[in-house]
Amino acid sequence: MPAAGDKSTAAGAEDSALLTLTVRRKVYRPAGSEPVEAVRDLAVSVRTAETLCLIGPSGAGKTTTLRILLGLDRDFEGTLTARPALRIGMVFQEPRLLPWRTVEENVRLSLPRPERGQSLDALFDELGLSPWRGRYPRALSLGMARRVALARALALAPGLLVLDEPFVSLDDAAASSLRAAVFGSAASRGAAVLMVTHNVPEALAVADRLLLLSGRPASLVAEVPIRTKRAERGRDWAEAMRRDLAARYPETVAEG
Amino acid sequence: MAERSPRAHRLMALLARLGSVALLVACWWLASRTTDPRTLPSPEAVAAFVVREAASGDLLRNIGITLWRVAASFCLAMATGAVLGIALGRSRTADRLLDTPLLVLLNTPALIITVLAYIWLGLTETAAILAVALNKMPNVAVILREGARGLDPGLEEMAEAFRYDRRTWIRHVLLPQLEPFAVAAARSGVSLAWKIVLVVELLGRPNGVGYAISYYFQLFDVAALIGYSLVFSAVMLAVDALLLQPLDAHARRWR
Repeated sequence: MPAAGDKSTAAGAEDSALLTLTVRRKVYRPAGSEPVEAVRDLAVSVRTAETLCLIGPSGAGKTTTLRILLGLDRDFEGTLTARPALRIGMVFQEPRLLPWRTVEENVRLSLPRPERGQSLDALFDELGLSPWRGRYPRALSLGMARRVALARALALAPGLLVLDEPFVSLDDAAASSLRAAVFGSAASRGAAVLMVTHNVPEALAVADRLLLLSGRPASLVAEVPIRTKRAERGRDWAEAMRRDLAARYPETVAEG
Repeated sequence: MAERSPRAHRLMALLARLGSVALLVACWWLASRTTDPRTLPSPEAVAAFVVREAASGDLLRNIGITLWRVAASFCLAMATGAVLGIALGRSRTADRLLDTPLLVLLNTPALIITVLAYIWLGLTETAAILAVALNKMPNVAVILREGARGLDPGLEEMAEAFRYDRRTWIRHVLLPQLEPFAVAAARSGVSLAWKIVLVVELLGRPNGVGYAISYYFQLFDVAALIGYSLVFSAVMLAVDALLLQPLDAHARRWR
C-alpha cells in the first residue's frame, strides 16, 4: 500500500511534504461576463500525518482551491506537486453517493479495478456500517451517509484525506461521533487530513496547523501552528485562542 | 390482517380493471343489438372470427410477423436514438449542428417517411423496418437528450475525484441516470412503433396485421377489423405488463 511506504520514507525526513500547491492566480472566465478572480497567492503544503485546517469566509474560493488540489482543475497559474503514487481520499460536503448502488457497491467502486475484490469487513466494522452494507443510500441518515462517504475515501488507503465541511448540518451527537470516526481512522492509518471549514472551534479542537484565508479572491492571510497537545485543549484554551485569532485576523475569524 | 392488506389491495385493483372491461363489453353488446351488424358486429361475432382466423393459422402468422417488425424497428430506434440523444445532451456543438434536422425529422409525417423509404429502397422488409425506426428514433433522441442534460454535476465531480475509469462511469454513473428516461422512451416507443408498423404494412407488405386490416377493409368485414385490433392490442398490453413494467420497477428499485 502506498500509505505504508510514504510513512517509512517520511520518518525523520526534513521535507516531509506530501503535497505542495502554489496558486499564483486562478481566474474564471465565464462566457459572456466579466472574469472572476477566485484565488490569488495561495500556497498550501500538507505534511505527512498532520491535520491541517483551511479556514475562510464562505464563498471565498475554498471549493475552487480543493478542486485544484485534487487535480480536477488544471486551468490555473501555479504549480501542484504531490509525492508519487499519493492517494487522496475525498469526502465531499454532501455525501455524493450513487443512490442506485448499495453502500458496499459505493465503497467498492471508488477502488481501482484490481482492488475491488478485497475484503472490506474490517473497514465496515470499524465505522459501524456492517448492518448497512446491502442498503441503498436513501435509507441512511445524513450522518450515516457521510460515514459511508468516509468509508469510500478510506477504502483507497489514502495518504491524504481531504474533507470539505464534513460536520455541517449534523446534530451535536452525530457530529461528534463522525468526528471521532474521521480522526480515529486517519490516525490509525497515518494519513494526513486536510479539512476545509468555517467553524473555528471545530478546527481548534483537531488541527496541527491552521491556514487562514481571506475573502475573494482567496489568498493566504496567516499560518497558525498549534503546539498545545489535543488532550490539553480545553474549553477555556479554545475560547482564548479564538478570541486572539479574531483580534488579529478579523476578516477571517468572526468575533464570537 | 395488516400484512395481508397489500395483497387484498392488489386483488381489488384487478377486480376493478376486469369490471371496467366487462362493462365496456356489455355496452358494446347492447349497442350492437340496436345497429346494423355489418357496421357494428356483436362481441360473439368478433370472437367467432378470431377463433376461425386462429384455426386457419393466419392470425398467428400475421401477428408474429408484425411483432417481429415492431421488435426489430424498436431496437434499431432505441439504439440509434439513445446514442444520438446522449451525444446531443453532452455536447453543445453536436446539439447546435443536429437540433434542426432532428426537429424536421420529428415533425415529418410518418406517411411521408414510409412512402420515401419504399420509393428509395423498394417494397422490401428493410425499407419497412427502417421507415418505422426512423419515425420513432427522433422521439427517443429528444427524451434521452433531456436525460443527458440533467446529469448530476456533484456525482460527475465525485467520479472524477475517485478516478472512475470510462467503463465504470458509463455503467454506474451515466446509465443509471438515463435509465428512467430510457424506460419512458421505451414505453411510449412500443405503442408508437406498432401503430406505425400497421401503416407501413398496409402500404407495402404482403403480410402482417396491417396487411390483414387493408384486406378486410376491402371486404368491409368490420368483425375482422375489430378482431385483429383487439388481439394485437392484447398482445402489446402483455408486452408492456410482462416486459416493460418489470423493467420500470427494476429501474426504480433504489428509490
